[in-house]
Amino acid sequence: MNSINFDVHPPHLSPEYKSTIFRSPTKPLMIVREHLQDLRMPVFGESVLGKFDNDLTKNARVNGEPIGERIKVAGRVMDDTGRPLSNVLVEIWQANSAGRYIHKAEIHDAPLDPNFLGSGRVLTDSEGRYAFYTIKPGAYPWGNHYNAWRPNHIHFSVLGHQFDQRLVTQMYFPGDPLFAYDPIFQSTPVHARELLIARFSMDWTEPEFALAYEFNIVLNGRYQTPFE
Amino acid sequence: MERLRQTPSQTVGPFFAYSLTAVQYGYAYDSIANHTLIGPDTPGERIFITGRILDGQGNPVPDAIIEIWQADSEGNYRTAPISAADHDSHEFIGFGRLGTGTQPGAVFRFDTIKPGRVRSGRVRSGRVRSGSVTPGAAPHINITLFMRGSLRALYTRLYFADEAAANEQDSLLAMIPTDRRTTLIATAVQSAAGPGYHLDIHLQGDQETVFFDL
Repeated sequence: MNSINFDVHPPHLSPEYKSTIFRSPTKPLMIVREHLQDLRMPVFGESVLGKFDNDLTKNARVNGEPIGERIKVAGRVMDDTGRPLSNVLVEIWQANSAGRYIHKAEIHDAPLDPNFLGSGRVLTDSEGRYAFYTIKPGAYPWGNHYNAWRPNHIHFSVLGHQFDQRLVTQMYFPGDPLFAYDPIFQSTPVHARELLIARFSMDWTEPEFALAYEFNIVLNGRYQTPFE
Repeated sequence: MERLRQTPSQTVGPFFAYSLTAVQYGYAYDSIANHTLIGPDTPGERIFITGRILDGQGNPVPDAIIEIWQADSEGNYRTAPISAADHDSHEFIGFGRLGTGTQPGAVFRFDTIKPGRVRSGRVRSGRVRSGSVTPGAAPHINITLFMRGSLRALYTRLYFADEAAANEQDSLLAMIPTDRRTTLIATAVQSAAGPGYHLDIHLQGDQETVFFDL
């Protein structure tokens, strides 16, 4: 018997996160794994990467450096058997250090940073590793409920090798006091929430330059076996 | 075998556009894919695909991102790595990505070619047919949706109404109760721009789309 609980994903309907109420399926999903488990995804190459795509402190500079705490975020992408996945496209986006997204529909009145866009992408190397530099994102308010604030987070979109290895998630920072109040973070099963939190890494911290956080990403395995 | 716990899914949120669909939304960043899957020389029947994503109150969702992944006109999925030359030559890849926030009524529209019937096991010019994608599958397009208010990806498929005979033989469609199969079948439409297909995706309600558990 295996005591580890592998059911890590949030339910589609999580009413505390109000937008799920009218946007989540109400009927049971069709289990069609055998029809799609061998469907591969396109393999993106270096040609999709710009020069500073993995350095958000540089890829949108206009007249100087972006404001805020420079950090490094790095880790490995693997499947759930621990096999590293190379050439996986990892796309990220985030708010700036003031907690402001550059998105045009954003109404939070924190300042934009003319030297920071908040978008990046990177391909994993032959051992599944990725790394990027960015500015630590700030917290920001949202309209879900009175005095609602999102914890600091970086959005990740990951295109694995297989159709069922497509993941969109958010990386959080250790010790955030907003975890307890955030219905999106809280939608995740209790035992799995730690998997969304990056680990501070002194080993990877670069002297005189940037604190480092490790965030490993585990995707659906290609060869799944049923569990008891 | 030791097994690791997967990284949990979280919502894409409302503000993905400046990263995932930057060109479409007019941000100063490039995009890995967009709504046009074809170039001037792409073989196959040119079609457009339109549709909307409708929430449980019948409102079109204007902040969703839709990805499509399809075979070429002969039923082959692209497996060779994508290179810069492919971008320059508009080589057909079969992957499209679009946000629903730039067109009136939150309509999505892809310009592509009608995929062929996907068979299995054949190798041709460096393209390996995708493993066991069911023999005899009717022409179809795989759809993945992400949106604010959705905590994990929603997977579905688009089939074509004018492929009734092939649809009858499709082993995935056959698993779906008859009264819900129509939620996956796009209707043929004609416009000045040529032949196309339309499929509304209903997140809830009487016409709720069949979504897949992978």
